[in-house]
Amino acid sequence: MDFAGAYTPDNLKFLLEGFWVTLQVAFISIILSFIIGGLVGIIRYAKVPVLSQILALIVETVRNLPLLLIIFFTYFALPEIRIKLEIIPAAIVALTIFESAMLSEVIRSGLKSIDKGQMEAARSSGLSYTQALIHIILPQALRRMVPPIVSQFISLLKDTSLAVVISLPELTHHGQIIYGQSQKYLIPILILVALMYFIVNYSLSLVAQRLELKRT
Amino acid sequence: MLDFSILTENLDMYLLGFKNTIMSSLVALVSSLILGVLIAIMRIAPIKPLNWLGTAYVEFIRNIPLLIITFFFFLGLKLSGLYAGTLALTIYTSSFIAEAIRAGILSVPKGQMEAARSSGLTYGQAMRLVILPQAVKIVIPPLGNQFINLVKNSSILAVVAGLDLMYHGDLISSRTFVVFDVYIFVAAFYLILTIPLSFGVGYLEKRLAKSN
Repeated sequence: MDFAGAYTPDNLKFLLEGFWVTLQVAFISIILSFIIGGLVGIIRYAKVPVLSQILALIVETVRNLPLLLIIFFTYFALPEIRIKLEIIPAAIVALTIFESAMLSEVIRSGLKSIDKGQMEAARSSGLSYTQALIHIILPQALRRMVPPIVSQFISLLKDTSLAVVISLPELTHHGQIIYGQSQKYLIPILILVALMYFIVNYSLSLVAQRLELKRT
Repeated sequence: MLDFSILTENLDMYLLGFKNTIMSSLVALVSSLILGVLIAIMRIAPIKPLNWLGTAYVEFIRNIPLLIITFFFFLGLKLSGLYAGTLALTIYTSSFIAEAIRAGILSVPKGQMEAARSSGLTYGQAMRLVILPQAVKIVIPPLGNQFINLVKNSSILAVVAGLDLMYHGDLISSRTFVVFDVYIFVAAFYLILTIPLSFGVGYLEKRLAKSN
C-alpha cells in the first residue's frame, strides 16, 4: 500500500474530474427522470385508460430488471437495431430509463397519499379534474415527495458507478485507471473513492432526514 | 423478431448462470439477514460504543456504491468473483436490512419494553419475546423489497467474472456475436425471479396494512 504515491496532486485532480462527471450525469439523469417519471406517475394516478395499463407494464418490467443490464443493453445491444449512442448519452439514457420507473412510483404513491377528500372538495368547488390535480393535489404531494426523491438521487449517484462497464469516465472509472498503474495504489484509491461518494451521499441523506423531520 | 434458437442452443449456460444468481442471492440474503439483525441490535442496545459502531457501519456502507465494496474483495483481497460478489452483496444489503429492522423495532411503542422490563424480564428477554415478534410484522414488506434489490444487485457479479446470469449472458453473446437477443433472454430470466417477488411483497404490504 502506497498512500503517498496514490494521493499525488495529479491523481487527486483526476479523481475530482471523474467525480464531476458522476455528479453531472447523475444530475441530468435525475432531472430527466423527474420529468418522465412525473408524467408517468400522474397518468397512472389519473388512471388514463389503456395508456396507464401500458405504462404500468413498462414500469414493472424496468423496475424489476438490474440497472447493470439496462446500461449494458443501451450501449451494446441498441446498435444492433441501429440506435447508436455515445458513452455519455448512453449512460444518461440508461440511468434515466431506470430512474424514471423508480420515480414514477414515488410520485404515484405521493399523489395517492393525499386524502381523497381534497380532490372531492376541489371538484365540488367547481375545479375541473386537471385544475384540481395541478392546484390542489400536486403542490401537497410534491412536498411529501422531496425526501424520497433525495434518497433516489443518492441511489443514482451510487448507481452511476455501474457505468464503468461502458467506460463512462466517472469517479470509479478514474479510480480504476489510477490503480491500474500499480497494485500498491489499489487500497488507498478504493478508500478515497469510497470516501468521496460517502461525503456527498451522507450529506444528502442528512438533508433528506431534516426535510422528513420538518414534515412530521 | 427474437431468435429463439439462441435460447434453446445455450440453455445450459443460461440455466447455469440462473442457478448461480439464485444461489448467490440466497446465500447473501441469509447472511445479510443475520448480519443486519446483529447490527440493528447494536444500534438500539443501551450501550453507547455499540450504538456508535452500528451507526457508523450502516451510514458508511449505505452511502458507497456496491461496486466499490465488490472491488475491495475482488481486487484487494483477491477472492474469486463469485465469493467477492456474494460477500459484497451481503455487506451492502445488511446495512439496509439493519436500517429496516431498526425502524421496525423503534415503531413498537416504548411502553411495551417498559412493561416487559417491569414484569421481570431482562432486556434480552424483553427484546426477544415482546418487541421482536411485534416488529416482524412491520419489517417484512421492507425486507421483501431489499430481497428484490438483492437479486437485481447480484448482477454486479458479472463485473468481476462471478459466473452469474449476466456473466453467462456475456459469454453467450461473445460466442454467438449477438447482443440484443441474448440480453433480452437474460432480462426474461431476471424477471422470472423478480416479478413474482414484487407481487408477493405488494400482496403482503396490502394484507399487513389491512390488519392494522
